[in-house]
Amino acid sequence: MALLQIAEPGFSTAPHQHRLAVGIDLGTTNSLVATVRNGVAVVLNDARGHGLLPSVVRYHKDGSTTVGLSALVQAAEDPHNTLISAKRFMGRGIQDIPDAATMPYQFVDAPGMVQIKTVAGVKSPVEVSAEILKVLKARAEAALGGELVGAVITVPAYFDDAQRQATKDAARVAGLNVLRLLNEPTAAAIAYGLDNAAEGLYAVYDLGGGTFDISILRLTKGVFEVLATNGDSALGGDDFDRRIYCWALDQARIHTLADADKALLMAHAREAKENLSDHGEAHITAVLTTGEVVDLRLSEAIFNEITASLVNKTLLPCRKALRDAGLQAEDVKGVVMVGGSTRIPRIQAAVGEFFGQTPLTNLDPDKVVALGAAIQANVLAGNKSGDDWLLLDVVPLSLGLETMGGLTEKIIPRNATIPTARAQEFTTYKDGQTAMSIHVVQGERELVSDCRSLARFELRGIPPMVAGAARVRVTFQVDADGLLSVMARETGTGIESSIAVKPSYGLTDDEVANMLKDSYAHAQDDMAARNLLEAGVDGRRLLEASEAALAENGGELLTPAERAGIDALMHALRAALAGDDLAAVKRATEALNQGTVEFAARRMDRSVKKALTGHRLDELEV
Amino acid sequence: MSLDFNQNHFDLFGLPHAFALDADKLDKAYRDIQAEIHPDRFAHAGEAEQRLAMQWTTKVNEAYQTLKKPFERARYLLLLNGVDAMDPMNTSMPADFIMAQMEWREALENARAARDGAALETLERTLKARAKEMRELLSELLDERRDYAGASDTLRKLRFMDKLLEEVGAAYESLD
Repeated sequence: MALLQIAEPGFSTAPHQHRLAVGIDLGTTNSLVATVRNGVAVVLNDARGHGLLPSVVRYHKDGSTTVGLSALVQAAEDPHNTLISAKRFMGRGIQDIPDAATMPYQFVDAPGMVQIKTVAGVKSPVEVSAEILKVLKARAEAALGGELVGAVITVPAYFDDAQRQATKDAARVAGLNVLRLLNEPTAAAIAYGLDNAAEGLYAVYDLGGGTFDISILRLTKGVFEVLATNGDSALGGDDFDRRIYCWALDQARIHTLADADKALLMAHAREAKENLSDHGEAHITAVLTTGEVVDLRLSEAIFNEITASLVNKTLLPCRKALRDAGLQAEDVKGVVMVGGSTRIPRIQAAVGEFFGQTPLTNLDPDKVVALGAAIQANVLAGNKSGDDWLLLDVVPLSLGLETMGGLTEKIIPRNATIPTARAQEFTTYKDGQTAMSIHVVQGERELVSDCRSLARFELRGIPPMVAGAARVRVTFQVDADGLLSVMARETGTGIESSIAVKPSYGLTDDEVANMLKDSYAHAQDDMAARNLLEAGVDGRRLLEASEAALAENGGELLTPAERAGIDALMHALRAALAGDDLAAVKRATEALNQGTVEFAARRMDRSVKKALTGHRLDELEV
Repeated sequence: MSLDFNQNHFDLFGLPHAFALDADKLDKAYRDIQAEIHPDRFAHAGEAEQRLAMQWTTKVNEAYQTLKKPFERARYLLLLNGVDAMDPMNTSMPADFIMAQMEWREALENARAARDGAALETLERTLKARAKEMRELLSELLDERRDYAGASDTLRKLRFMDKLLEEVGAAYESLD
């Protein structure tokens, strides 16, 4: 594994100040957790020394779960209750899963997101992902010896809003504080760039188990600027396995298969793919429950032939990303390969041909994303090392609204640097219209029906006017996690309606709360105690942040009276934290939050001014 | 003494109010400000600071994107001078430009129908050269002559050129 030097030798924060933070790569096939230890990013292993945790969750009758390798190796014994590649179902409806028929699961078409029936009840992909995250959280806390301040969780760059929101919900259900959702190729670029002191234009080609991303980045003096990203959130190594599986069925002339045999043959298909990358040929030998014997030889030539269209499917997004970035393939200085599927020789050759250069494979493609996420988590948690680099990422898919005739009006174009906000004005089309329905969609196509529906909401109470007289201003805001919120406002009367985009493809706060309750009911944890603990963590975090801010420039930016006011609020919060009244802790935290708004604004002004002054000083020196 | 959140984009980056732009200076100012105010710098700060960091970064991103693109920069500069070049009421276009437009569109259609990559390239070169001339004219009109009405007309022409170039790009993709 690559060692990533991110601080000057000898420079490290004192251990007692070090805040425990991790980066988590929640993958389709495997998941990992990494952290920065003594200035070096490392993957945390389980007790047996394994870094990779297979993203497999088996549900048992009593509600308990087995997660990881042991669940994977027993998948054929209990295919209905062993959930593999659940990431493919995150934020997706049943109609989004074309190969559902080849999977041994009983899907339930729930509103918003598909669910899966197991012996332990109906489970959402969010809950399945949360089980994986819980195991990684426990692994990290055992290895680091304390509670985590937070985690950076990676998502495919081409994940849409529903998929991102589902991932964040899963982290909440697992009891993790999400410092940031980070795009996988960007995480890889951080790990690669900081390790190699890279400068210039780079492409990150990331073919994981179930998703494909291509990102084009400009690396300049510690700034990682994503210029364009593209991909396919339903294309990955799994599809290569499935091609082998279908080929094997065809060759062995098998038409119907028991579910246990489906799981068995899929496992053999995957194994054959991996053997092929290492040895140039592979054998598939299996005895089915019917007594039939499958015995096939898969050559590289056949494999390349049956998967050629998949390889080509990754090159189209590469072309689009380059075009969006306004670049030619030859402008790219290096192509970083990420994701286990990039081990396939044919893929390396195709990417090499496309970009006219040998791709970079010197970092472990399975680990580089988690390592990059750990480096980012370390900085976000406030551990100072490596503070002098910055990440500028983008929205992968355009965000817009439905307008007359079922057409899409784009509000935020794809590849806009986040955080970003755009507003657009709309008007009523009927006389006396008092409500306006707002349908939020994501995608590049012109027809709303070809885009993903994210949310619908209504702005009511518009005063009756003639058609075209009302002015409704709709504002889209995308935050640093790439998550969208939408606000609509009738500008004459100030009637307002806002929404964090969730209802049609995400979970409501209540649903998340229920999942949390279920998950802790089983662990026999006391929910009330858990709530108090979490409120306490929030309160202490705010106290710590306020103390640091006051120490830095409280004297300079506050009058003695203002200072005394904030001190009083901090004192009240400390007192509340000493007790066990949840409502009091929340109240005191909120009061301090409110009481420091003006101070925060002055500090921010100061930061902007400092940046500008620094800039002008530089000019004087020239 | 408080910094104005609504200050104009040029002042934000410490740049002169002009179409002519020192791109390196803009890039550097952008990076310097981002380094101070990006939400990643405030992930461990209080809620109020996190929210402000997001608002500021949003504004800085918008300002940067506006100034970076010549078309948006010119449009913004005109708006600062009270001229809305993209006013939907204003659609007048000189006859010779309309003629040229029609010819280019025809060339594009022919090239697309014939799947003629070489013809597309020739057209793209012509369009790019004309667009470049227009940007140079725009610079002169805005920065030297301060002829905002003339600049507004040129900007609308440039908009047509950009759209055509986009269509040429789409035609290239349809060749694949």
